[in-house]
Amino acid sequence: MNPFIEIITKPDNIAIVIMIVLVSFFMVWAFQQAFQNDKLKATGYAVDGENDTDVDTYKPLVRIELIISLVVMVGLTIWSVWVDAPLEEIANPTITPNPAKAPWYFLGLQELLVYFDPWLAGVVLPSLIIVGLIAIPYIDINPKGNGYYTFSERKYSILTFSFGFFVLWLLLIVIGVFFRGPGWLWYWPWQEWDTQRVVFEPTRDLSTIIGIDSRSWGGFFVGMVAVGGYLVAGMVAPYKYFKKKCPEFLAELGMTRYLITAFLFVTMMAIPIKMILRLVFLIKYVWIIWFVPGGLNF
Amino acid sequence: MNEMFDKVKKNLIWKSVFRRDYRNTVRDRAAAVFGNVFLHLHPVKVRESAVKLRYTWGMGGITFFAFIILTITGIVLMFYYHPTVSHAYEDMKDLEFQVPYGVISRNLHRWAAHFMVIVVMIHMFRVFMTGSYKAPRQFNWGIGVILLVLTFLLSFTGYLLPWDQLGFWAITVGTNMGAATPLLGYQGPFSELLHITPYNDVRFALLGGATVGGNALLRSYIWHCIAIPLVAIILMAVHFWRVRKDGGISRPQNN
Repeated sequence: MNPFIEIITKPDNIAIVIMIVLVSFFMVWAFQQAFQNDKLKATGYAVDGENDTDVDTYKPLVRIELIISLVVMVGLTIWSVWVDAPLEEIANPTITPNPAKAPWYFLGLQELLVYFDPWLAGVVLPSLIIVGLIAIPYIDINPKGNGYYTFSERKYSILTFSFGFFVLWLLLIVIGVFFRGPGWLWYWPWQEWDTQRVVFEPTRDLSTIIGIDSRSWGGFFVGMVAVGGYLVAGMVAPYKYFKKKCPEFLAELGMTRYLITAFLFVTMMAIPIKMILRLVFLIKYVWIIWFVPGGLNF
Repeated sequence: MNEMFDKVKKNLIWKSVFRRDYRNTVRDRAAAVFGNVFLHLHPVKVRESAVKLRYTWGMGGITFFAFIILTITGIVLMFYYHPTVSHAYEDMKDLEFQVPYGVISRNLHRWAAHFMVIVVMIHMFRVFMTGSYKAPRQFNWGIGVILLVLTFLLSFTGYLLPWDQLGFWAITVGTNMGAATPLLGYQGPFSELLHITPYNDVRFALLGGATVGGNALLRSYIWHCIAIPLVAIILMAVHFWRVRKDGGISRPQNN
């Protein structure tokens, strides 16, 4: 069978195909409604729901809930009749499959292992995602766009969230599911998997580019300046910008909130930056804190 | 026909269950909601915009519905499952070949689980896009984030239970991340300072051993069937309660 058809019709992967379809559909629908509401607001009209009235729960709401439940139940039943849940050979600790993949919703994190050490990709970054998500309502002080779809009133928050959600979470999952084969090497869906294939990529560390051993004190300081400089510059530069452009926004936000927001944003953007460093410049580590037991490498 | 309905409805048993006739008055429509333990999660009246499918997409409700399907199919599967290394895989085979409707029960459980993970993520996207996490709903967004994580963990702990290669290695890969925890995982930075070994680190606590084995299977089973659902149910109760207490489904605020 065509490897592409084979990979998208693997029972578990059908869920991912359904996810791609549903997410794309709702993404388009959300932005379409957002632009529609923006147009209404611009011309002075009320947005959806602004002048609505009360309706009875029974039956308008109960009816719609019943219909949705039935549709979902029928859909899941068809899916379950049509596709059988996978059951592989009995668990065997002595036979490691290649590749060994985590459940699909964690494949974005597994994909990050290409670019970061496990303590970052598997522990620190996921924790920061959870903390960052919970923090959103407390750091977003823009009172507009509460209770209706809009884009123009919340450009930055929507762009940031969409980047994290669609690119860093969902796109990485899709890559992990469909584009990673034996040895976690990149395979196009139409390529045959080859367990013998080895790709030798001579990676290097940041400081070795300028001729300093990355596991020396010199390399340590180069890395510290690079990582620290990125963090500090990434947090100070927007501060200077806002101070000049809209000081009243900064005053309202307050220092604590600014620092948390800037830290979360800079950390999030470090992920695509490190990906580019690794993929384009073949840089494995930017900063190696070699004297920490267990290794603390960025 | 009417006579037949009368016979069904005008007797002690029917009246003990339904209490009163439904006559489609304001009072009866309200009573239908607050007189019913299942419907009384809802207010008696809701805003028109809260009923619009194009606003909420029904995603939160669908997530909850998926949870109910998973609870029911999960209970069915529990009747046929032993969480032991010697039986777990054979029980899967029994479900496939011996148990009546075993295949569809397992299929429904697995696909509803994938489905729940998908719709809960779309629910979060909708809530973000409508700015519904903003005041006064900040706290409920936080509860929602934790419920999202619990959904992942529910699915993750269920992955191991068939005791096949797929689940075994997925859980091995997943829990190996625990070994990399700074300070508390034996491969993580600083762990040497605390004398952490493969036999006393986070991963050991997760698996009940240094490798995925019988203890890990039992732990997965208990987390999956009892502990996480219990926490999730409590948080769901808080989540739904707060939706109402924070003023119902979000809507434009200027009136």
